[in-house]
Amino acid sequence: MADMTVNKASSRPRGLPRINSRLVVMTLYLVFLLLPIYWLLNMSFKTNSEIVSTFSLWPRDLTIANYITILTDPAWYTGYINSIIYVSLNTVISLAVALPAAYAFSRYNFMGDKHLFFWLLTNRMAPPAVFALPFFQLYSSVGLFDTHIAVALAHTLFNVPLAVWILEGFMRGVPKEIDETAYIDGYGFGKFFVKIFMPLIASGIGVAAFFCFMFSWVELLLSRTLTSVDAKPIAATMTRTVGASGVDWGVLAAAGVLTILPGALVIYFVRNFIAKGFALGRV
Amino acid sequence: MNKTVNQKAWFLVLPVLLLVAFSAVIPLMTVVNYSVQDTFGQNEFFWSGLIWFEEMLASDRMWDALGRQLMFSGIILAIQVPLGIFVALNMPKSGVWSSVCLVLMSLPLLIPWNVVGTIWQVFGRTDIGLLGYTLDALGINYNYTQDRLAAWVTLIVMDVWHWTSLVALLAFAGLKSIPDAYYQAAKIDQASRWKVFRYIELPKMSGVLTIAILLRFMDSFKIYTEPFVVTGGGPGNATTLLSIDLVKMALGQFDLGPAAAFSIMYFLVILLVSWVFYTVMTNLDKEES
Repeated sequence: MADMTVNKASSRPRGLPRINSRLVVMTLYLVFLLLPIYWLLNMSFKTNSEIVSTFSLWPRDLTIANYITILTDPAWYTGYINSIIYVSLNTVISLAVALPAAYAFSRYNFMGDKHLFFWLLTNRMAPPAVFALPFFQLYSSVGLFDTHIAVALAHTLFNVPLAVWILEGFMRGVPKEIDETAYIDGYGFGKFFVKIFMPLIASGIGVAAFFCFMFSWVELLLSRTLTSVDAKPIAATMTRTVGASGVDWGVLAAAGVLTILPGALVIYFVRNFIAKGFALGRV
Repeated sequence: MNKTVNQKAWFLVLPVLLLVAFSAVIPLMTVVNYSVQDTFGQNEFFWSGLIWFEEMLASDRMWDALGRQLMFSGIILAIQVPLGIFVALNMPKSGVWSSVCLVLMSLPLLIPWNVVGTIWQVFGRTDIGLLGYTLDALGINYNYTQDRLAAWVTLIVMDVWHWTSLVALLAFAGLKSIPDAYYQAAKIDQASRWKVFRYIELPKMSGVLTIAILLRFMDSFKIYTEPFVVTGGGPGNATTLLSIDLVKMALGQFDLGPAAAFSIMYFLVILLVSWVFYTVMTNLDKEES
């Protein structure tokens, strides 16, 4: 609120009705962000002949055939199921190992803690391209190629460090006295952690889960390299639309829209924590 | 927070250590292994020393890709950081519209990367894409599959579209932490808008902005899927960035030795930047407490 008054103090008096510059800037920026998404949505409701032959800003011949194609063809919808399976597995694994580790980092000093923390971070920063081939060979040699668990484990490469960092940020906000009081009251570590500590950082766990889900969902290079048929993710299935008769634009657009939905649905709940998550818990 | 020394904390970290050892150390050692060996096929390898490193360092291929990569990261940082700050300054501070802005701005961040590529690939086509069609109708010759400049502009606009919101969200989080008293003091001093920004808002945002810059640098440095979908590295090699070149070499041509040497040098650069990032972050944490 205070900044508004500063704005008023510094603005010059004008004859014209005052144009709200904030409104203009935000509108322009949001239009820039939403135009490509609008175009995708627009295309997904058109027939292929309309997409190719006429240029229209909205579907003249509104159809949901593209969505029906995806939702009824197993080759398409198993892609979504595969993606959801490995993304969920990854989220569970990442959180399960990250929770105790984040607690240790937030509460104790121990030998090599700083080096370990740094080493974890380097994995968040590692280019997936470097790991694609070795992952392929590693998971082939242990017989996990083309399984959901392989992709889930591969994605822990960048999601575990992320989860540790985010959770550590949230845990530092919980006063240590709570731990000490609980131990005096006779709680063991396990009981204290599950019954008292985890409810206290519930929002942190939610945010970490969201970010694990999200980064596993948007990644393609590793998930495509590690799968062929049985665990093929939806993102890789999208190449199916390129056939002998050209590209099936309508279905491609509909598939794209459907991949945006999961993120769009949960984003409302974490809107105030998004910055914190991207900054690895450091805002 | 004052921490107690407790070596038993290692047991809590052990699961992470084992998991990341499996998913990071083993693959990385495979890469190191390939980088110092040669093969004639049939899985017979022999020691070749550092020739792959020498070969890669002497070849123009890696240096060209590195040059393009640095140019790409430089340009997107130069656009995204000022634009992100500018957007953050104009965001509504509270209320329903603030939430609406936050949700809409986060949308591009949550789209799978190949879908981001697909969206822009379609959007830029002169026959069926809104952007390409409009530019074409305006008489501008725009074809990102043939023209180098158009390909670069498309990639940069795409990245700006994709990631500027991240900088804006972080800057916004920094702005929100400034107490009203600062602005009131500035008002009493009759400070200009620019001075408020320069002496109050910018210093208060410096922490989150450092994080934003380093994150954007590192993530743009390992970008693969989006440019691969849009241009596939072309026209020619014009948009072949480091990751695209590496995947081409390793999975396309199966030149394991050179690709591994390339990987290691690539990883070392990332390691160096990560170290800077870590040092900056831990210093920020110290300032906080």
